[in-house]
Amino acid sequence: MDAFLIILTGSLVAICAALLGSFLVLRKMSMVGDAISHAVLPGLVVAYLVSGSRASLPMLVGAALVGMLTTFLIELFHKKFKLQSDASIGVTFTFLFALGVIMVSAFTGKIDLDQDCVLHGEIAYVPLDILVTGTVLDHLPYTVWVLLAATIIVVGFVYIGFKGLKITTFDETYAASLGISTAFWHYALMSMVSLTTVVSFEAVGAILVVAFFIIPAASAYLLTDQLKKMLFLACGFGVLSAVLGYYLAATINGSIAGSMATVAGCLFVITFLFSPKQGLLKRKKPLSTKA
Amino acid sequence: MDWDIVIDFLLLRDPNVRYVVLGSVLIGASAALTGCFLFLRKRALVGDAIAHAVLPGICLAFLVFKTKNPAILLAGAILTGWLSLLFIDWITNKSRIKTDTAIGLTLSWFFGIGIMLLTAIQKTGNASQTGLDKFIFGKAASMVDQDVFVFGGLSIVVILVIFLFFKPLKLISFDRDFASSIGLPVGRYDFLLSTLTVLAVATGIQAVGVVLMAALLITPAAAARFWTDKLKRMLLLAATFGAFSGIVGAFISYTTPRMPTGPWIVIVISVIAIFSFLFGAKKGLVVRQVRQQKMQRKILRENILKLFYKLAEEDGQLYEQRGVDQLTNRRFFIPSQLKTGLQQLLKENLLEKADLDYRFTEKGVEEGKRITRLHRLWEMYLTQYLKIAPDHVHDDAEAIEHIITPEIEAELVHQLEMPELDPHDSTIPYGEKLPNKIKD
Repeated sequence: MDAFLIILTGSLVAICAALLGSFLVLRKMSMVGDAISHAVLPGLVVAYLVSGSRASLPMLVGAALVGMLTTFLIELFHKKFKLQSDASIGVTFTFLFALGVIMVSAFTGKIDLDQDCVLHGEIAYVPLDILVTGTVLDHLPYTVWVLLAATIIVVGFVYIGFKGLKITTFDETYAASLGISTAFWHYALMSMVSLTTVVSFEAVGAILVVAFFIIPAASAYLLTDQLKKMLFLACGFGVLSAVLGYYLAATINGSIAGSMATVAGCLFVITFLFSPKQGLLKRKKPLSTKA
Repeated sequence: MDWDIVIDFLLLRDPNVRYVVLGSVLIGASAALTGCFLFLRKRALVGDAIAHAVLPGICLAFLVFKTKNPAILLAGAILTGWLSLLFIDWITNKSRIKTDTAIGLTLSWFFGIGIMLLTAIQKTGNASQTGLDKFIFGKAASMVDQDVFVFGGLSIVVILVIFLFFKPLKLISFDRDFASSIGLPVGRYDFLLSTLTVLAVATGIQAVGVVLMAALLITPAAAARFWTDKLKRMLLLAATFGAFSGIVGAFISYTTPRMPTGPWIVIVISVIAIFSFLFGAKKGLVVRQVRQQKMQRKILRENILKLFYKLAEEDGQLYEQRGVDQLTNRRFFIPSQLKTGLQQLLKENLLEKADLDYRFTEKGVEEGKRITRLHRLWEMYLTQYLKIAPDHVHDDAEAIEHIITPEIEAELVHQLEMPELDPHDSTIPYGEKLPNKIKD
């Protein structure tokens, strides 16, 4: 039962993340996703302070807002201040994360975040530990409930918004000519990314959720040219990583989320080597997609 | 605030403070210096990937050698830091995966492996592992003399190497093709630069931790870039910013209870950066806007003079007085802007007031001729050299006439052999003084 619940949790995170991550990868925004997952920390702290609990609704609102704020700051630095985009991402997320760590230190005792762990620079660490020692089992059904709700929201978002997401991902000009707002889908996607980060926070940690966002989507990207297939494949890779990761963790007695990320990476390397179209070993001619 | 503590800090009475300040300054400066090169090569986020990727190396080094000796753990960190760089290059070169995805993928995979190993080590119950996470996640405030010796020493090495190899590093950052064409071993210097970055990261996480390490690399460089176009000055500024925020961070955490050093270092450097984005002397928002406004005023001024000259050409009356209506009938001006533009021209003695109207001064005629000449010369150039149809050249000339320098003007006259007519058969007006011909 424990194994089942943990694998289920991991799989739900994997599905949410893989669906959104596919769009991040295609939009060349993987690092924006990474930045958001770090930057939600101050949002979480404020939500704790305002609501005084781990109640999910204020957390989700806080996270969505900070997700948008992060995106907005990155754009502001890049477009208005003419800072090159990679530096703009780096400056934004480290600034917000540092702010979050300081807030955690300043409000120690008022919020349910471990100060020591944040001080050491890694918020993901404590929930991971709990997951392994088993104490999280008491909360697991709760986490599973939250994750189920999130999965329904994310799947619904991608299903309903599929056309808008697809067009704005591949051809912004065409989207604009159809009257589809690029900015709307951009910010909608980013708030979904922050939502997923927050609900996955307790299960896999803010940083390792990035592994679930990017790695399965990147593997799927090597296997197909069709968006729908890529989404399904990414989910498949994510769930497979969750299942295998659990057993790897059980074998070496290490962090489950860490192991899931490790497996996801190994699956990527295998795909990278053996993919029929893009694989390193199968390919004879140079890639047509690269000039 | 307790002033004794502040004074204690400022006088560096407490030996702990001395270590922390010295360590933060050296680490901040060396990270900022390597960060400048990463920044210029648009590889800023690679630094973030390296910072996360040192984690598995440290764990492996501990697993293999069963020691917490900083030098050995550092060796492990450098090894996997290097591997992550190779991995990023490998997948971007050999597949259609883009750089950003490659960085994110590498970062989270290596970090996942690191977390997995770290938890596995902690589960073994080996007492000697305690504090391993501290080493990894960094805690500037608890640096002791031994740490400062190792990390400070390495930082000094990084700074010295950058100083010694400044020229070639500069070349490969700005113009790789040129660097290799003059026989510079580009690959070897790439390797050197990567090694320096890995070193700076591996030592820097001691101060601020894995996640915030990216800030030590990127943010000072980004801030410095807004103040100067010169690499030497940029390096100097970035290092100063990095070192300064190190000191302030240490100061805040020493004087305020429970405040972490690393995040404060990052906050300070971020505030410096945002200030620079706004007020930086070279690229800051304010400077750019002032520059833009100046340019707009110049364009307006020149457009008015050009129009005066055009009207004079048409009726043959150079010094005829002309009203605002006559001007706005021929060309669109925003009324308020036209008014300030005319005022400006009066002040510069290019136009003079005649009743309610305006007319050219002698100086104004020369200026009007000059702008008209530049416009027509450029139209000639486009039709003759770029073979653009005469009815397509006007808009381009409208834009470029305001930025042609006397040198370019002379070169245009020289190349076009001082044409008399423009593509629309209007006379190109030359001034009293012919432009100096460029020496052959």
